[in-house]
Amino acid sequence: MPEDYLPILIYFLIAVGFALAGIATSHLLSFLFVRRRAAKDKLIPYESGMLPQGPARRRFHVQFYLVAVLFILFDIEIVFLFPWAVVFRELQILGLIEMGLFILVLFLGLIYVWKKGALEWE
Amino acid sequence: MPPFENLPTDLVLQGIFLLVAGLIVVAAVAVVTLRNIFHSALALILCFSAVAGLYILLEAPFVAAVQVLIYVGAISVLILFAVMLTERVMDPKMGARNEQWWLGLLLTAIAATGLGAIVGFAPWPLSKAPIINDQITALGKEFLTTYVLPFEVASLLLLMALLGAIIIAREKEGG
Amino acid sequence: MELLSPLVPILIIVIKSGVAIFALVTAFAYAVWIERRVMARMQSRIGPNRAGPFGLLQPLADAVKVLLKEEIIPQDAKVPIYLLAPAVSLVPALLSFAVVPIGPEIEILGQKITLYLADLNVGVLYVFALASVGVYGIVLAGWSSGSKYSFLGALRSSAQMLSYELPLGLSVVGALMLAGTLSLVQLVEAQKNAWFILLQPLGFLIFIVSAVAEVNRAPFDLPEAETELVAGYHTEYTSIKWAFFYMAEYINMIVVSSIAVTLFFGGWQGPFFPPAVWYFLKVAAFIFLFIWLRATLPRLRYDRLMQFGWKILLPLSLVNIIATAAIMVWQG
Repeated sequence: MPEDYLPILIYFLIAVGFALAGIATSHLLSFLFVRRRAAKDKLIPYESGMLPQGPARRRFHVQFYLVAVLFILFDIEIVFLFPWAVVFRELQILGLIEMGLFILVLFLGLIYVWKKGALEWE
Repeated sequence: MPPFENLPTDLVLQGIFLLVAGLIVVAAVAVVTLRNIFHSALALILCFSAVAGLYILLEAPFVAAVQVLIYVGAISVLILFAVMLTERVMDPKMGARNEQWWLGLLLTAIAATGLGAIVGFAPWPLSKAPIINDQITALGKEFLTTYVLPFEVASLLLLMALLGAIIIAREKEGG
Repeated sequence: MELLSPLVPILIIVIKSGVAIFALVTAFAYAVWIERRVMARMQSRIGPNRAGPFGLLQPLADAVKVLLKEEIIPQDAKVPIYLLAPAVSLVPALLSFAVVPIGPEIEILGQKITLYLADLNVGVLYVFALASVGVYGIVLAGWSSGSKYSFLGALRSSAQMLSYELPLGLSVVGALMLAGTLSLVQLVEAQKNAWFILLQPLGFLIFIVSAVAEVNRAPFDLPEAETELVAGYHTEYTSIKWAFFYMAEYINMIVVSSIAVTLFFGGWQGPFFPPAVWYFLKVAAFIFLFIWLRATLPRLRYDRLMQFGWKILLPLSLVNIIATAAIMVWQG
């Protein structure tokens, strides 16, 4: 069975090779053919023509972090749903009730999150 | 699927296993030794991905896919966000060391001795059970029949985590 | 020759991998060309028509131009990560194509060859796993560039992709229930009698809307909202590295279209034409849809976009699953 994944591994290695070779080739070509004009200003990060103010990697809103947390929890739900979906035809009503409960609990969680205003963006 | 019957498959898989295991060890060591915590987090992602490779070699592709989906694709993103959210730890001058290092060393030494003893003395029996081909079907059935209670409890656990996340995040915002 | 025969299957995989990458890159180049021509028509312009007949050589000209651009590495960039981020973005996009079935088995020179790289029994999960890895290229690019626009663009982009991955994953569950498998090849076969679009219209609708957001296309192209964020996470990139981000975006678009075709439109199945032609036509129709959407709809505001994902698409996809289950039980 692991050998079923041999094509993926080979494809992965070729894809990585392609991507790295692309970046290397472009650097080489640029080094060989492009006339470089040394100018310090060129290397300043873009900020609409102004000189950059303050650090670029500043703290950001906690909402982004919260989205990542909520994402993990619902992502785990998806992982449970996939095997259930595959065998649903055999389980019938039993599967419906059991997964219905499972989804209901998380749906309540979603409503709680919603009511707490955690899905709002200012 | 092209047949590989003429290939020394076992040998190839052994080689891949050694590479994957080596990668896991190197990445894990990098996580704890790198000075920049952002780089540590990236090494951790590499480590998680390599573990997925290990699961494939152990004939558990579903677990491998879940490993990538949850650990690499979700939890690691959260770790990266957390690192980027905390301004101070992004300071390269601050090393990954603090005044409790001796306690960490002690605990690690105890854990390592324990693990070493287990590795040394365990009989390592090989399971004779045949490997199930359609693991997802089997898993789905077991979830909803034999293990239905843990399955439903899992949803409650996720709900708890959900509530906890909201409470902590809201607190941070208020204070 | 006898000695080499064990290597033939490996060689076939290597050739198929090479062909897949070449085909995807070519498809990317011509998708861009088609997009520019079609959008131009929709906006009463002509579009690129100078390089070759109908401007067909335009992608080639663009490729040469991009390759010969000067490399600029911004002063605050974290160099190794900055250089690797485009590859981190591109490789998962290329990889996820491996399980897409273009057609059934064919025979070339006495070798049975499958028109996909691998038929995994976790196929659908494999695609989603790689889609979730795709976030890293963006986060790393934004973080390592050392520019505010890149950083903000990356944050927005990653939060958006995470949010829409949920309805995307949940929307296909209905189709999986009907087929009883995660293998894309078997999913195609399960649609011999009826395409799943007929049985899962709501699932498909949620899928395609989430897919547009997942690949950062208009009207959900917030990460590159040029009026506020310049170019988002790839603001500070030049030459091939910049092109790789575009390549990743378009290849993701092709993969997502392929998944839509495979899960809801019977995959390569269809009358009269050979299977690969049907696959190609169906995917092309989806690419056209993506272009059409971009030319038609204005961009959403970021808070609306996030709320749409969490408050409408996510509950709706859960309802779709329960409704599908209830109907399946009711019908026995």
